[in-house]
Amino acid sequence: MLYREAGDFKTSYVADSQTFPIRFDRYGYYFLLGFAFLVMPLVINDYWANAIVVPFLIYTIAALGLNILIGYCGQLSLGTGAFMAVGAYGCYKLMTAFPELNIIIVIVFAGFITASVGVLFGLPSLRIKGFYLAVATLAAQFFLIWLFTRTAWFYNYSPTGMISAPTREVFGFPVTGPRASAVSMYMICLCFLVVCAWLARNLTRGSLGRQWMAIRDMDIAAEIIGVNPLMAKLTAFAVSSFFIGIAGALLFAVYLGAAEAGEAFGIDKSFLVLFMVIIGGLGSIFGAFAGAFFLIVGPVLLKLLLVNGLGWPTDLAAHLEIMIIGALILVFLILEPHGIAALWRTIKEKLRLWPFPY
Amino acid sequence: MKMTRLAATLAATMLAAAPMLADTLHFPNLSYRTGPFAAGGIAFADGYADYFTLINERDGGIGGVPIRYSECETAYNTERGVECYQSIRNDSPLVLQPLSTGITYQLIPRTMEDGIPMHTMGYGRTSAVNGEVFNWTFNYPANYWDGASVIVNYLLSENDNSLEGKKIVLLYHNSAYGREPIATLNTLSERYGFQLVTIGVDSPGQEQGSQWLQIRRERPDYVVMWGWGVMNPTAIREAANIRFPMENFIGVWWSGSQQDVVPVGAAAHGYKALAMHGTGTDYPIYDDLRRYVIEPGKFAGTGDEVGSVLYSRGLYAAMLAVEAAKKAQEIHGVAVITPAMMRDGMANLEITEELMTELGLPNFGPAFSVSCQNHGGSGAAMIQQWDANAGEWNLITDWIYPDRELIMQMALEDSLAFAAENNMTPACMN
Amino acid sequence: MPDTLLFAMEATLNGLTAGVMYALVALGFVLIFKASGIFNFAQGVMALFAALTLVGLQSGQIPFAHLINAIFGTRVHHFGWNMPTFLAIPATVLVMIGLAVLVERFILKHLVNQEPIILFMATIGLAYFLEGVGDIMWGAEVKALDVGLPKGMSDTVDTLTYNWFGYGFYIDRLELWAAGIAAILVASLTIFSQYTKQGRALRAVADDHQAALSVGISLRFIWVLTWSIAGIVALVAGIMWGSKSGVQFSLSLIALKALPVLILGGFTSIPGAIVGGLIIGVGEKLFDFFMSPIIGGATENWFAYMLALVFLLFRPQGLFGERIIERV
Repeated sequence: MLYREAGDFKTSYVADSQTFPIRFDRYGYYFLLGFAFLVMPLVINDYWANAIVVPFLIYTIAALGLNILIGYCGQLSLGTGAFMAVGAYGCYKLMTAFPELNIIIVIVFAGFITASVGVLFGLPSLRIKGFYLAVATLAAQFFLIWLFTRTAWFYNYSPTGMISAPTREVFGFPVTGPRASAVSMYMICLCFLVVCAWLARNLTRGSLGRQWMAIRDMDIAAEIIGVNPLMAKLTAFAVSSFFIGIAGALLFAVYLGAAEAGEAFGIDKSFLVLFMVIIGGLGSIFGAFAGAFFLIVGPVLLKLLLVNGLGWPTDLAAHLEIMIIGALILVFLILEPHGIAALWRTIKEKLRLWPFPY
Repeated sequence: MKMTRLAATLAATMLAAAPMLADTLHFPNLSYRTGPFAAGGIAFADGYADYFTLINERDGGIGGVPIRYSECETAYNTERGVECYQSIRNDSPLVLQPLSTGITYQLIPRTMEDGIPMHTMGYGRTSAVNGEVFNWTFNYPANYWDGASVIVNYLLSENDNSLEGKKIVLLYHNSAYGREPIATLNTLSERYGFQLVTIGVDSPGQEQGSQWLQIRRERPDYVVMWGWGVMNPTAIREAANIRFPMENFIGVWWSGSQQDVVPVGAAAHGYKALAMHGTGTDYPIYDDLRRYVIEPGKFAGTGDEVGSVLYSRGLYAAMLAVEAAKKAQEIHGVAVITPAMMRDGMANLEITEELMTELGLPNFGPAFSVSCQNHGGSGAAMIQQWDANAGEWNLITDWIYPDRELIMQMALEDSLAFAAENNMTPACMN
Repeated sequence: MPDTLLFAMEATLNGLTAGVMYALVALGFVLIFKASGIFNFAQGVMALFAALTLVGLQSGQIPFAHLINAIFGTRVHHFGWNMPTFLAIPATVLVMIGLAVLVERFILKHLVNQEPIILFMATIGLAYFLEGVGDIMWGAEVKALDVGLPKGMSDTVDTLTYNWFGYGFYIDRLELWAAGIAAILVASLTIFSQYTKQGRALRAVADDHQAALSVGISLRFIWVLTWSIAGIVALVAGIMWGSKSGVQFSLSLIALKALPVLILGGFTSIPGAIVGGLIIGVGEKLFDFFMSPIIGGATENWFAYMLALVFLLFRPQGLFGERIIERV
């Protein structure tokens, strides 16, 4: 009823294989895009932009990246934090070395730098997989963070080892540094996210994505039908790291403004993004959005409820938050291993048939 | 039904999160009671909260306006720190006290934009002493570079004013915080001819086997520590293990509290640390605290921390904040002050010995005054030594003054570099 | 003898004892992996949880006091008694067995036949959950753990080496004790698995789940058993590490130290865990000793992982592990 596809005829293959084949979905999507680009900038206040929406957008990019690696290509990585750090430090070095370079180009380049580092640390995936690979990516996590905290060149020999983003402008609006307004921060993150999501969606349904999924489902069979595992795995690492690098660059330059490798990009960040992917749904673009939303907005809501609403001590709320996140991971793995995305699919199925049971 | 109620509560809290314009003085605290550095954060936050409770209960607030105290959990994490900052910045916070050098660096440019004063007491960015550049940041009564200089001055006095040929190891927390004193110590080592060896410990630092083997090989005369959290007790234990003489082991003020020495037990006896204020419950103010806060059960946390070093520091920080608020009320002649007025109060703060006695804290902290140019107070600190048998810290020196000339010069260079980076013209705000 | 050699020898000795400490954590991983094929990321948090429980029981803390106070507005936190260590340790063991039962009932039972990677991620979730529970139950402040183990520099080693080389080596007595305890632990585990009925059942399950089921071994019981034993091993590791640097949040990070040990030693071999631990311990101490003047200190954080990574490329099954064809 609500979610009708009757009368929605397709006359070409292109129309049939579009991302949102159902009209209702498509309009919903256009509406959401319009709302995000036109309405949100007008209504958003500083607290919501800075504390919730901007980190949500940034982490969604990271979750998209990790989802390509884990969800589509089946390679488990625990080095997300370090790859974000590569993006952040790459962005910082480029920003300070070429002050006149446009910040958008800088961030994209930071993504490319991260992609090449990601390929380097993805090389072991050619020989090992599963949690053996996870341990190998942990090596990247610890080594890169050590490198960034110990090598003064990366932080331009600043005495404290902190990197801080100078002010850069896009169309005359500062997007980084303390003078950046909430709206401009929101807009630049939103633009990057939309482009990244579009890229991810189209990569994963193209031949590259099919190769990744073939490797994920059964690597030997994939090789026999002509998928080159070397190419498939390394491209997955490259694309995934590219997204994660962009997320790291945005996190540092736009959101945090100043960062320190060990503190801002530690292993807990790797786990956070991993959890987003698990809770959101492995192998789903929508899942990345859902997971990031859940893990960024959820704790804030919980904090508002417990601390401001019930007047509980802040530490208790923080402990409960860790506990609840852990429990949710377990619940999702047990009840719905494919995450929120699978729940959403079920709901959509039900909506299509509603009010009839089948 | 349950869901609706939950949703209703949630909606109500969202509304409640909007700024309140009541006649209160809002003192937020970006505390951390969880995470790897919780042990220190809890004690400080309890002291900070208890003093405000005392003022409310005993005096009915500052100048008749009640204090509204709020806490936001950062877990020593800069991202959460930013979130906390955003959640309170429109709620007219009078002064921020983030208790984290990392968060301080993050907030300095933001508070400058938003016009919110920040007090980073004995931590944060040292060059904020230059109030002409860092108009909104205050780090009285002492900063890291003062601390390094005080330690060297203390060692000088112990060694007949000569450190020629001595070897000093700096064991530091490998973060923005731990790296702060390196430049100062380098300069001082050139001046006084001692050899400085710096050894970093990565956060959190519960494993320092190699570092202490290295210290054992180096055979230094003194070890100076810039540690925080679990790094401190681990280092003290390792020092005891290699039989490093404890009286030659000196920590900064963040490495000298009960949490750092008690877990080590008797082996920590004789360990020294800087003290920027007194400690223990032998001050008249504790009579009032007991009467108004502790006995009625209005204390923060579990009440275990009362009188500990970091509790005293929280108390001291709150005391300085309240005095600055009083000053601001006096300057502007209004009772309900704004953050901008609070800044004026802080910039004209004057702490005298008489005032401290009057507040029930005689000889607790140094007498100092803040000016527009100097946001750093006097920089003086004492040395305290741990007595493991009695389980208490004893002050073993009087106030030792740092080499302020050198520090001011270094701070000036650093702050001017910051001003140049951000296209600012150093000037007083008034 | 040149100083460098002496220093290197000292570093090696210290590496060996540090390696034992890593091996203690790694043992728990191996036990669970052998019996159920689960890579239990929560092992480190279990060690923290066990140590927290031990200290809490010793000092008579009321569990969940903070939560109770927040909900009911009360002010309780201590029972007002101190439990002697010899009672507190068995009580903690009971708690860990209870935890094992709960884990089996609420998690493992529902995840039978899932892919190993899903199980691995489930244990990460469990780790977070336990961390939160531990904090809420016992509070987050640093606690001193004292079960009467000796600490400090060993005089015997010091004088002995001084007489031999003219330079006294430094060894922590606690770590020597840890080596002894680890030896006892491995011996008793071996005896248990070789000579008791349950131990044999355990090995049967490790060998072949289905064959074990068909001869009437209860898989669920075996899982509870292994998780209980892993809990006890976690308690031992928690006691050793807790006596070393106090009981607090960072204790759970020792799990990250054990991962490369497992890669080196193999996921299924108890001697492998010990040997792997020793190699990592010695390797990182020596690497730090020789390399830190050149590239800067604190290489311990990543050296073990890099070693494991190199090792993985040549011998993915580890030194003693079973040959699992998990290569590409």
